[in-house]
Amino acid sequence: MHPLIQMNRITKSFSGVIALNEAALEITPGEVHALIGQNGAGKSTLIKILTGVYTKDGGDVTIDNQQLTITGPRDAQKHGIATIYQELNLVPLRTVTENIVLGYEPRGFGGLIDWKAAHKKSREILNSFGLNIDVTQALGSYSTAIQQLVAIARAVSLNAKLVIMDEPTSSLDDKEVDMLFGVVRSLKATGVSVLYVSHFLDELFAICDRVTIMRDGQTVDVKTIAESTKLELIASMLGRDAAEIEAAGSTELGGGENTLGEVLFEAENLSTSQHLHASSLSVRRGEIVGLGGLLGSGRTETGRAIFGMDRLKHGNMTFKGAAFNPTKARDSINLGIGFLTEDRKIEGIIPDMSVRENLTLAILPSLTVNGQIDRKKEKEIVQYYVDALGIKIAHMDQPIKELSGGNQQKVLLARWLAIKPDFLILDEPTRGVDVGAKFEIQAIIREYVDSGGGLLLISSEFDELVEGADRIVVMQDGKSVTELKNPGITEQTLVKAIAHSHDTPQTAPEAA
Amino acid sequence: MMLTLARKHGGLMALAILIIFNILVTPNFLQLQTLFVNISQVATIAIVAIGITLVIATGGIDLSVGAVMALAGAIAPLIFLSEFGQSYPVIGLILAFTVPLIVAVVCGAFNGLLISQLKIQPIIATLILFISGRGIAQVLTNGNLQTFSNPYFSYIGTGKVLGLPFQGWLAIILAIIVYLMMTRTVFGRQILAVGGNETAAQLSGIPVRRVKTRVYMICAFLAGIAGLVVVAINSASDAAKNGNLMELDAIAAAVVGGTLLQGGKAPIFGAILGAVIIQLVKYTLLANGIEDEVALIAKALIIVLAVYIQNPHKG
Repeated sequence: MHPLIQMNRITKSFSGVIALNEAALEITPGEVHALIGQNGAGKSTLIKILTGVYTKDGGDVTIDNQQLTITGPRDAQKHGIATIYQELNLVPLRTVTENIVLGYEPRGFGGLIDWKAAHKKSREILNSFGLNIDVTQALGSYSTAIQQLVAIARAVSLNAKLVIMDEPTSSLDDKEVDMLFGVVRSLKATGVSVLYVSHFLDELFAICDRVTIMRDGQTVDVKTIAESTKLELIASMLGRDAAEIEAAGSTELGGGENTLGEVLFEAENLSTSQHLHASSLSVRRGEIVGLGGLLGSGRTETGRAIFGMDRLKHGNMTFKGAAFNPTKARDSINLGIGFLTEDRKIEGIIPDMSVRENLTLAILPSLTVNGQIDRKKEKEIVQYYVDALGIKIAHMDQPIKELSGGNQQKVLLARWLAIKPDFLILDEPTRGVDVGAKFEIQAIIREYVDSGGGLLLISSEFDELVEGADRIVVMQDGKSVTELKNPGITEQTLVKAIAHSHDTPQTAPEAA
Repeated sequence: MMLTLARKHGGLMALAILIIFNILVTPNFLQLQTLFVNISQVATIAIVAIGITLVIATGGIDLSVGAVMALAGAIAPLIFLSEFGQSYPVIGLILAFTVPLIVAVVCGAFNGLLISQLKIQPIIATLILFISGRGIAQVLTNGNLQTFSNPYFSYIGTGKVLGLPFQGWLAIILAIIVYLMMTRTVFGRQILAVGGNETAAQLSGIPVRRVKTRVYMICAFLAGIAGLVVVAINSASDAAKNGNLMELDAIAAAVVGGTLLQGGKAPIFGAILGAVIIQLVKYTLLANGIEDEVALIAKALIIVLAVYIQNPHKG
């Protein structure tokens, strides 16, 4: 079978910096093909060349045995390539049908749009995905997962031969992931190829056929999923030996000194109007307390309440033995509390500002002499953290948006370390960063805790919690329901604790 | 390639083209008088554009600047023409400068509070004073043209320093002060952070609401100064005309100067350059006998072109 897509010896550089160096990609019809690599390995650049967002410097692209240059996203669509972006580009206020047929509406009598036919077509496609929803409702009234499926349905209705999915599961829960996988399988069954980009390696083993691994702008390996192991993939991405990684453990969080100091922070029955009802926890110096639970269980909300972002309705907090009731971020920062938020793009970076300006954002008041910024001191501080955290930048005045996700995250971590915090709240500190940066970030966190800092770690990655945390507070429906202590926590016990809490409702039955 | 070049040096290129065109076509362009006329007119646009640039840098907009100019301009002659002002000319003169500017700052605070505390869209919030500000100014003056003769007050509109109009120097000094504020001070950094990502700024402990309110106060303060200059140039205050359509000129100048409407950037000297271009286009058309209405269309075309060049295009 001849391949659907063939990209050979693709090169691309941005203002002298090489992003792709002889990269290659081959996708056969009806194949689910994974593309993995660390952040900055060149995955997105390669995809953007395939979809015509960027123009390649060299190499050739062949689609259906036809060598061509794709001139733009429209052109890509014409050649049957559709992309489902992380940030969906649909119109939430219009109906599901309108979103599927937008720009290609079936015409009826007198050139008017034949809505009956349009609805029918939309329903048919969605039904083939096993999705039975009212297509006349506004798209925005459905969950992210369904919106994503609608985006795929749109691609199918445009007769896509290749659907590119970029981190499609990053905002889905388990059930929704299953639904998505079902759709991917039905695409495959009808001969449509899928290029699947994901940081979650488990997903690859669930639905992908082959995987292309990229490192430093090059294609380093193409493997059949069934014949590879997770460790091999990680090793290949990092360019390291599999055995060496195995010996080192799967996270860098464990193995701390475990000398716990005095109680640093205590919260009792925190409740806010943001679905937080009764969250209690305490953190000692040198301790990592994990917050476990499902999406929407109140983990992030607990962090926000502690940091003073959401006003407390009930409950009280003490920090370093004194009552603590912040009303704004500055209150917490002044006391030495930092909060690394979950969504790097929306709540973290200021994209147009430089690495330097982003890094010193939280310490500006302490850099100020007579209202002016002490630039010499600022540069010293930035240089210190760039070195200490191994942040890869061209120079400190480089806009932060040009960095890879892992390096952006390190800058944000440095933003908080720079306030010399006694207590850090980290919400998904390693989400969306590549394996190498993940280890490095975990090592930085471990070092901070060993030096006597207290840490509240919110993470959806069970191994991070299980290996890293001294204790895990399990949240459910906005309440802290139970607590696990290390040593002794395994992924099984954690999963069990989260699941068990769901079996035993905290409120008495209504009849009582 | 052309686009990248245009984005980097488009303003200067446009200015050069305009000047060369005028030298060739416009009669008497290379006269000192021409320079004076243009400087004295561009100064007010430039001063207001500096303020607008700051507001846009926070991701906002201020439509009320023209009305604030009218209000400040109306109050000044009321004071030194009053009985009190006539009996105590020195105090009257001082008050004629300070009171209008205080009123302007209060207007800015009003805008700022509506936007930062009540979370009203900037375009709507500043529309309130856009409509009512000029109305108040006209009520204060009974809708009359107030003429006066006060050489001290008129100095800010007709005086010369080192041979050039005073208000030109004023605009440059204000631009330098604001430029230093933006590049050297915490407040400048905070403005850009708020415009660049408000949520991230808030989470990093930046007092977002206070920063926004202050920016609108500064913008109104600058508009107030411009209003006084216009009145001083004419030795007359016409509340119906002072600052009319200035918001459009100033926004156009900021955009032509490279300010991104989504916020996060504040090219102060770009705004000055933008103001000069807008003024020169106006002058070119006027001096060549083309009607005012056509000049408006030309301005609109310049804005469209500037926005087109600004927009990120793939290379």
